[in-house]
Amino acid sequence: MDAPTTLAAKLRTRVHGRWVVIGVPFLWLLVFFLLPFLIVLDISLSEMGTVRPNELLSWRDGVLTLTLRFSGYSLVAQDTLYLTAYVASLKYAFWTTLLCLLIGYPFAYFMARARAAVQPALLMLVMLPFWTSFLLRVYAWKGLLSPDGWAWDLIVGLGLDPVLVALGLIPAPGKLMHTPFSLVIGMVYTYLPFMVLPLYGTLAKLDLRLLEAAQDLGARPWVAFWTVTVPLSRAGIVAGSMLVFIPSVGEFVIPELLGGPETLMIGRVMWDEFFANNDWPMASTVAVVMILMILVPLAVFHKVQAEAQEPRS
Amino acid sequence: MKPSRPARWFANGWMAAVFLFLYVPIGALVLYSFNDSTVPNVWRGFTLKWYAALASDREILGGLWLSLKIAFLSACGSVVLGTLAAFSLVKYRRFRGRTLFSGMVHAPLVMPEVVVGLSLLLMLVSLQRATESAFGVGFPARGLLTIWLGHLLIGLAYATVVVRSRLLDLNPQLEEAAQDLGARPHQVFWLVTLPMIGQSLASAWLLTFTLSLDDVVLSAFLSGPGSTTMPLVIFSRAKLGLNPTVNAVATVIVLLVAVGVAVASWLIADAERRRTRETAEAARPG
Repeated sequence: MDAPTTLAAKLRTRVHGRWVVIGVPFLWLLVFFLLPFLIVLDISLSEMGTVRPNELLSWRDGVLTLTLRFSGYSLVAQDTLYLTAYVASLKYAFWTTLLCLLIGYPFAYFMARARAAVQPALLMLVMLPFWTSFLLRVYAWKGLLSPDGWAWDLIVGLGLDPVLVALGLIPAPGKLMHTPFSLVIGMVYTYLPFMVLPLYGTLAKLDLRLLEAAQDLGARPWVAFWTVTVPLSRAGIVAGSMLVFIPSVGEFVIPELLGGPETLMIGRVMWDEFFANNDWPMASTVAVVMILMILVPLAVFHKVQAEAQEPRS
Repeated sequence: MKPSRPARWFANGWMAAVFLFLYVPIGALVLYSFNDSTVPNVWRGFTLKWYAALASDREILGGLWLSLKIAFLSACGSVVLGTLAAFSLVKYRRFRGRTLFSGMVHAPLVMPEVVVGLSLLLMLVSLQRATESAFGVGFPARGLLTIWLGHLLIGLAYATVVVRSRLLDLNPQLEEAAQDLGARPHQVFWLVTLPMIGQSLASAWLLTFTLSLDDVVLSAFLSGPGSTTMPLVIFSRAKLGLNPTVNAVATVIVLLVAVGVAVASWLIADAERRRTRETAEAARPG
């Protein structure tokens, strides 16, 4: 009487415990994350039919035929529209990452050196904008950078717009919106917290005795900073840069709201292929190439993330 | 190693400048929602008329209701799935496909949203087509359900990161002690682990709720006719130019977030204090 119940209970805990915990999210991700990518890969290689892409495998006159179409990929490689958009995406993502690092590193460093009592409040202040709508914060720059907006007044008032013209960031003095300048401002503004948080995470854990040791051994503060602090915060620099760079490459909303005709990025190109041209194979091809572009930074990010999160053993 | 006075000034100045950079745009949004002028960026006095316009704006209110429903559902789903995923990664150090699993969990954090949206949509369309030819009814139709599936993907990733970092901080001895005292694995979870990670579950819920409430790209791909979320409405208006009703929406959201964060951090701090006290009392000998 008792034995079957315990056996059932044993079976239940074993089945429930480990397999449900791993299995449910695993299966979920396989179905809703991995499978969709395989479908995109499939469609990127298929012929566009009248309404929808044809099947890769078809059954014609008793013969199973596999039709692969690589013309999408050769078009992406040759057509200047795609090439320009890919290059532009990489360029703006690079500048965004660099500026975030230049602004964010000193900021995270000073934050980690601030009095321990105020650090949680500072951290909270960095995270708080993250909780308010990203869309609305990007929209805010539309007002600030258009004529008579606060940022416009500041930049034009200080006479900085000819400098921006000379740098090729804006086409004419006084025109700040819908330019590479407004795009990069919006991207830096949006992604700065993603840079600051991992940097702060590594800098706050830094063992200060190492710096003291360096100074005791005669290193000047600047030398100690470059030879001790920066190398020890490498994990934070890499994680922050990847967290900014990778999503920047495929960014869609910011270029739509703040960018202009010169800032056509690849996310928009893919969007148009799908929504305007209704060309699913081409949209899929662009998406596949986009994934290939971020695969290397993605792998680096994942490695650093895994190293940082595994407990030291 | 006291920093010199100019160094301290430089540090404080840098931090102040960055905080200004982060907060001035939000302040401008709020201020111009009270501007009694149809010309943007020109202050013509105080008004509440944009809020009155907002209160009778059926498009935005309808979108808001849909967005709130989706955000609630996706926050709940993300926390459940994220907790399971975080558990798998922390408690089971070796299982078949762990690297793939960990990669899939973290990828949506950085994957371009246009790619995630496109691929999920193409899969759902294939599914819909298959069910249509098999049963005559296409499932799932684009709408709340499909948007929810998309938001869950992003939410799952964020929830996993939040819960996982909390699980890694836990003292494993507490769970081991419970096990040694005869608790079953599920009892250990409900009685020991869950109370200790409760705070991180709450922040994961809030985070995934706001992420869902804010999403444009996934919703654009996955929404169907008649299922326009609030961010989609705002996005289409913001693309056209400056619009004071959008500022009014922003002000309402900023206010809600400020109140929400204040209440949440107070509750969390309170719970933390209580738990520390209880742990200290329990640990006291005699």
